[in-house]
Amino acid sequence: MSLVYSEEQRLLADTASEFLAARSPVSAQRRLRDEGAAQGFDPALWREMVNLGWSAIPFPESLGGLDFGCKGLGAVFEQIGGKLSAAPLLSSIVLGGSAVELAGSPAQQAEWLPALIAGDRRIALAVDEQPRHAPANTALAACREGQGWVLTGDKVFVVDGIGADAFVVLARTAGQPGDIAGLSLFLVPADAAGLRVSPMKLVDSRNHARLRLDAVQVEAASLLGAEGQAWAGLDAALDRGRVCLAAELLGASQALFDTTVEYLKTRVQFDVPIGSFQALQHRAAWCYTHLQLARSTVMAGLAALDDASLDAAGRARLVSLAKWKAGQVAHLVSREAVQMHGGMGVTDELDVGLFLKRIRVAQACLGDGDFHCQRYADAGREG
Amino acid sequence: MSTIDEFRKEVRAWLEANCPPAMRTPTPDGALIFGGRKLSFQSDDQRLWFERMRDKGWFAPDWPAEYGGGGLSAEQTAVLEAEMRRLHCRPAQINLGIWMLGPVILEFGTEEQKQALLKPMTRGEIRWCQGFSEPNAGSDLASLKTSAVDQGDHFLVNGTKIWTSYGDKSDWMYALVRTDPAAPKHQGISLIVLDMQSPGITVTPIDLISGKSSFCQVFFDNVNVPKGQLIGPLHGGWTLAKALLQHERRAMSKFGEFSLPTHFDLMSLAERYLPPVGAATSAATSAAAPADIALRARAVAMSMEEHSYTLTVQRMGEEMRARQNVSGLMSIMKLVHSEQEKDKFEILLDLMGHRALGWEGDEFTEQELALSKAWLGSFAQTIAGGSSEVQLNVIAKRVLELPEGKQSK
Repeated sequence: MSLVYSEEQRLLADTASEFLAARSPVSAQRRLRDEGAAQGFDPALWREMVNLGWSAIPFPESLGGLDFGCKGLGAVFEQIGGKLSAAPLLSSIVLGGSAVELAGSPAQQAEWLPALIAGDRRIALAVDEQPRHAPANTALAACREGQGWVLTGDKVFVVDGIGADAFVVLARTAGQPGDIAGLSLFLVPADAAGLRVSPMKLVDSRNHARLRLDAVQVEAASLLGAEGQAWAGLDAALDRGRVCLAAELLGASQALFDTTVEYLKTRVQFDVPIGSFQALQHRAAWCYTHLQLARSTVMAGLAALDDASLDAAGRARLVSLAKWKAGQVAHLVSREAVQMHGGMGVTDELDVGLFLKRIRVAQACLGDGDFHCQRYADAGREG
Repeated sequence: MSTIDEFRKEVRAWLEANCPPAMRTPTPDGALIFGGRKLSFQSDDQRLWFERMRDKGWFAPDWPAEYGGGGLSAEQTAVLEAEMRRLHCRPAQINLGIWMLGPVILEFGTEEQKQALLKPMTRGEIRWCQGFSEPNAGSDLASLKTSAVDQGDHFLVNGTKIWTSYGDKSDWMYALVRTDPAAPKHQGISLIVLDMQSPGITVTPIDLISGKSSFCQVFFDNVNVPKGQLIGPLHGGWTLAKALLQHERRAMSKFGEFSLPTHFDLMSLAERYLPPVGAATSAATSAAAPADIALRARAVAMSMEEHSYTLTVQRMGEEMRARQNVSGLMSIMKLVHSEQEKDKFEILLDLMGHRALGWEGDEFTEQELALSKAWLGSFAQTIAGGSSEVQLNVIAKRVLELPEGKQSK
């Protein structure tokens, strides 16, 4: 398992960096926010990302993908984090697409994956029902009715839910909230009768949605994978999302830290640059140190996704380590960045606040530090 | 077959034939062989391994053969080291002379000095210690005051050195001394070597909070050091000291001494010392639960920090092999490792309670007694070899290139 990017992956990162600097600087995200775009991203930008091949990266060639591996995705997400670029790459490809790839039948894969990869359709993964990520706590009920199913319940904080063409909905077909057995995935079209989608505006100004399912009827063919056995595929798809978020957090933290170090060199008080004060130097040096540690865990998490020799517990351990450590360093760097920018750090004029807000949402998304600390310990006991 | 493959084959065959099987096991505490006048062996295998490597010139494989080295190229040396790692061969000799002083003499020494000093190193006949720190020159090493006054054919040395590892067991010392008290502090320092048996030298071992240690304080009272024992230019010692420390870092990375964490598994210790999760079967266990859960969470988080560090050691190795610049990564390793060790011991003590605080006697197991000493020993790690504060200064200035402060001149 290698903890460095290959030559090809580095090239991809360079391309992504140049592309995003030109097409999606942080100012573009600020504009999206000010315009209040419900979709939370620029469709033209997404189209260009698709043309660059990013949406095909993780999928096997047999399903229309590039089979480039998840580590390649990490290289892209780091750059996305550095520019705060909003795009449905996480929701529709890494989460939704992976759920279809890992749990779906050949017919479902054929129906959805080419359209997702081409950017013609979007899918969103609806998992959580509570303020904190807890997929096993799913209560939303799916009951058999005739040949099909009826789904009733709410899903919240669904990433890029507004404007999605369909949802992969996690539902309970047996057992109690807390059980990992008895969970099933359903493909629910956005125009299904009884489904209402409404925005949940978070501090990062992105697209998050509430789904209300009021006796939504779906046919038997919309069950994704085997009834009651969604967990393994779902967990693997979520893990892809978790590491990509960790890479995004790392990229965002690195960019914010670089900006802060520049500020320390140029801001003058008491006739000297404030970066000459040891109190600030040491805190900056600690940020650098933890960024390096976080980078190692993110590389290991990415490599774990591509390592077929790891079992689920081995993968979970490295994925949770990456999300935990990347979240921790993002927290450290964003707090220090605001503080070290002084009064300017709390104004909307600087980008520091935009980073702080996105970082805090990405930290909570797909499991916060406590969630992944627990999961790391559980995986260690199993492994 | 290329020449280097041929060489690899030869080395492998030689090691297979000459490294006794008992010398291909991990070295237990206290079984490292230091060369020198007081050399002694615990077994025939140790002696054989020492003598065979010595006679090959492989204590210093990449030094020229005329000074007792192996005369190997850098590529061949890397092959030898890799083959030794592959066979798990123990180091045949540990000697600061070879790791640190030798390369500096090769670069800056006179021909006479090379003949006189390098050969005994490569024969394992002289054990070296380092005289850098002083009671009033720790982090600020360049403020050192031990004086060497020019007396025509010799220097007269007065002063004291502290934190000298194995000062009481070593034969010779290389030391930084002040030869020009009037010059700016970095420009009045010279590097000299001296025989520890010279009249006027006294060595006192230092007891630490953890008990006995290998550290000594060395006192110089009118010690005569011949002029020929000045290494490099007079007053030019600071440049040589920096070169020495670079060799130390290189040797450390080469020998994989970016030590991996001390081996104890906090998560399994938590299982052993804390009530099981979710088993609040009695009033007593349920009352204790929140505190136990909090402690357990700290133990897990610490294990995760430790895991982050071991992955970083692995990543640095990979980046070095890929010839990437690792100077930034290198600068955090000592800081992270030493700070983590201290934090880990504190959690361990919380898990084990009084059992980890035993000092002596039958009431405690050997392991428990070793633990309390190791905890106390961990305090030295963030001070010795460049304190954590010095490490942070280095990161701030050399890596982040933050401006020099008025206070740090």
